[in-house]
Amino acid sequence: MPSFVLYLVRTLFPHDVLRPTELGADVMIVATGVIIVYVLTKQKKWLYLWREWLTTVDHKKIGIMYLIAALAMLFRGGVDALMLRTNLALPNTPVIDALEYNQVFTTHGTIMIFFMAMPFIFALFNVAVPLMIGARDVAFPRLNAMSFWLFAFGALLLNIAFVIGGSPDAGWTAYPPYTGLAFNSGPGENYFFLSLLIAGIGTTMTGINFLVTVLRMRAPGMTLMKMPMFIWSALTTSALIIFAFPPLTVAMAMSLFDRLFGSSFFTLAHGGLAMMYVNLFWLFGHPEVYIVVLPVFGIFSEVVATFSQKALFGYTVMVISIVSIMVLAYGTWVHHFFTMGAGPGVNAFFGLSTMLIAIPTGVKIFNWIFTMWGGRIQMTVAMLYQMAFIPTFVIGGATGILLATVPADYQLHNTYFLIAHFHNVLIGGTLFGLLSGMYYWWPKMFGHKLNERQGKWAFWLFFWGFWITFGPQYLLGLKGMTRRIYTYPAGFGWHTLNVISTVGAFVMGAAFVVLVYSVVYSLQHGEKDLTGDPWNGRTLEWAIPSPAPEYNFARIPVVHERDAWWDMKQKGQTLASMRPEDMRTLELPRNTPIPFLLGFAFFVVGFGMTFEWWYIVALGALGVVATLIYSGFDYDEHKHIAATEVLEIEAGLGRVQG
Amino acid sequence: MPKRRHRWPYRMVPLALLVGLLVSGCGQQYVLLHPKGPVGASELHLLTLSSVAMVVVIIPVFILFGIAVWRFRDKPGNKAPYRPDWHGHKGMEILWWIVPAVLLTVIAIPTVKQTYALAKLPATTKNPVVIDVTSLTWKWMFQYPGHHVATVNYVEIPAGQPVLFELTADSAMNTFWVPQLGGMEYTMPNSVLPLWLEASKPGVYWGRSGQYSGLKFEKMTFNVKAVSPQAFNRWLIKTSNTAPPMTLAKYDALLKFNTVGVATYGSYPAHTFPAVAKGFTLQGGMYTTMHNQHHLVYMPMSGMAKTTGNP
Repeated sequence: MPSFVLYLVRTLFPHDVLRPTELGADVMIVATGVIIVYVLTKQKKWLYLWREWLTTVDHKKIGIMYLIAALAMLFRGGVDALMLRTNLALPNTPVIDALEYNQVFTTHGTIMIFFMAMPFIFALFNVAVPLMIGARDVAFPRLNAMSFWLFAFGALLLNIAFVIGGSPDAGWTAYPPYTGLAFNSGPGENYFFLSLLIAGIGTTMTGINFLVTVLRMRAPGMTLMKMPMFIWSALTTSALIIFAFPPLTVAMAMSLFDRLFGSSFFTLAHGGLAMMYVNLFWLFGHPEVYIVVLPVFGIFSEVVATFSQKALFGYTVMVISIVSIMVLAYGTWVHHFFTMGAGPGVNAFFGLSTMLIAIPTGVKIFNWIFTMWGGRIQMTVAMLYQMAFIPTFVIGGATGILLATVPADYQLHNTYFLIAHFHNVLIGGTLFGLLSGMYYWWPKMFGHKLNERQGKWAFWLFFWGFWITFGPQYLLGLKGMTRRIYTYPAGFGWHTLNVISTVGAFVMGAAFVVLVYSVVYSLQHGEKDLTGDPWNGRTLEWAIPSPAPEYNFARIPVVHERDAWWDMKQKGQTLASMRPEDMRTLELPRNTPIPFLLGFAFFVVGFGMTFEWWYIVALGALGVVATLIYSGFDYDEHKHIAATEVLEIEAGLGRVQG
Repeated sequence: MPKRRHRWPYRMVPLALLVGLLVSGCGQQYVLLHPKGPVGASELHLLTLSSVAMVVVIIPVFILFGIAVWRFRDKPGNKAPYRPDWHGHKGMEILWWIVPAVLLTVIAIPTVKQTYALAKLPATTKNPVVIDVTSLTWKWMFQYPGHHVATVNYVEIPAGQPVLFELTADSAMNTFWVPQLGGMEYTMPNSVLPLWLEASKPGVYWGRSGQYSGLKFEKMTFNVKAVSPQAFNRWLIKTSNTAPPMTLAKYDALLKFNTVGVATYGSYPAHTFPAVAKGFTLQGGMYTTMHNQHHLVYMPMSGMAKTTGNP
């Protein structure tokens, strides 16, 4: 028995997770956990948490949970980034050693893409899509909850790696053969592959869910060409997800097989072909870039029209361009590895396809500018992010063209120029867009605005912090600094620029602190949104109260024009337009613990497989099968809200005539 | 309303530009901007061309954007026309499909030309010096198949003529990169990739790996010593005659996961490049693993344009 305990301790806590940083994190995690448990117990909130949140299938609550998870992951990914930057500012006295640095840049990338950007996007999809199309929920509410819990437990699996067993250290791209057992024997890479596999199942289901939701659940009268642009972006993103995630799943599964079952798909021995992995990974990876940026194009299209108080310019062209970006996104993946010797024909093709995708993107930029042209621009925080996005993204796109110029890419590949480029589009595009969307839809989620003054502080810190961080990195690339090195020698002239870059990173850190402070402050003191339409909005979500009632629309609206709510307002429709006799008994999905339990069962499978404890894997797999079978025979999946109750709620919100 | 807050960031723009100009000074340390050979020079040429094209498109966009933001602000007394229902203009929308397309064509044509041109040795080259490069775990091994000498962590080349590097790995992936001479290419196990570079003048040029490969990856550096062709030949003969041989035991020691200093060997065991390859030629070209074949197959470089696309 003692030897078993010893084995457990050695496996779960090898010496590389017993370093000061990790132990400090352990203490913080335990302390936070104790505080949360204490508060929940003291306030008697356990049952509330279970009933209202953990078992919910309401898209708005799922959206809020995604948002909380995304902000938490933004914090972790951001702290990772600050650790990396601190090291690079002090090349002679590294704060963290090579091993830890490698683990930290791996988790930074993985978390920011898979566990920050993706859930943040799903948060906004969940909150806004059903409301914008006039639906009562998504097409498959229970599946939606399953998606969330698979994501959440996948994220948990990756996040416990650095305190239990050891973090992955092969980068977020996890190129073989470095991920093979010959180079990488610890459990870290198992954690990586399994967490992405589990979260990936959830993501794929989200893609299917929102594709069906957009195609089947729109209010009467909302034809495809009357959909808001954000809905178009949700549609195209969902289509991208459905076709992009299978290659990732295959690549992750094959890598895992190499590690666990001795296959040689990508290993050095037995003639494995590492480049096959690289193809599969980027076959997913490039559409993924557009998965995280198309929703943002949608958000900005809504934000710019609302705050310019003017119709979106060139709607049809916007639709054509977003659809062509979706199609072209599948055809550019080789530009991530021009330097792998695919030959000049292949490289030229993918260089050209990459340049081609810049055309529809450029068209969108012009249309946004001309949406502002002739409008009346209100400088809200959401709009400021939009206005910062345009110049930032244009520059990021331009450096992308430089990288698409194949011979130039031979020089720029894997340098800090590349690092600067993709942060330029991912922060200047994705993050700015997501924050814009968060500020825009916050009143709809919580019934109050976020403080604008503090929001502007956070915005300017983010904006300048971004440029101070990544401007110098372009120059570092031209000086030949390659990525993923934890220190560097003197004599290359890299030091000064790195110090500037690190200062910028801390400015962005400060921006995040201000943002979180502002969120907490606004919970108490935020300006209440009593009308449900705080921005003088154009789309249907602003036609209902804030926060939206559980059933969203007491009466499903009929759409006549593109900006449906704007049109209704122009025609003199008021908020209190419903009559008591309009009320019907509504059918809504019933809460269920199955998604949570399913996620937990997958977590058990993943954890067991990470350490190759097959009994635990079997136990978890049994749980997965059992919950799915139970779910299949659970016919009692709806509840009803009586017409009288709806009337009472709507009357209480001042939405009924007389 | 927030007029005062709007002004300070604009004041910072010239400041930032100034700082940028000061630090960028275009010194020799910007190695990508100061190529020392024809490959690097042609890559820089394309980089410059596309940068100029991008600036041509960026400037009007920024001006339009600036005017839009300034002119149509929502402030009392703004006299600019307010047209809330203006939602399109056919001519303009067609125009901005065309303008980027034209500019990109300007970049695309030379890009394709150069991509093909750089994929093969210049036509005038007869019998180039061939150097077989193997990335090992945190060190580089260079073998000269014509003369059977080998070096570790440095490579000697003749200046003023193209040198063909054949790249493979007996390790995780790395990239072979000498920024002053030209762009990088991957070293991958179970495949051989060609890369030619040329140093116009004698000198020492630093090289490093650009692809992360583990704990001591940042130590994967080497120097390229370009010397005159005569000095290069003297070095080959001297090394072949005087340097110690690389025995199999020494090669196996190189496979360990560690870092080592520079070393020179007068000979090396057969089949150490690449570990799995059999029957490769020394003429240069492209090697790939074909279906159902366990050895590497040589495709002559002149036929590469025709053979790509065929598995």
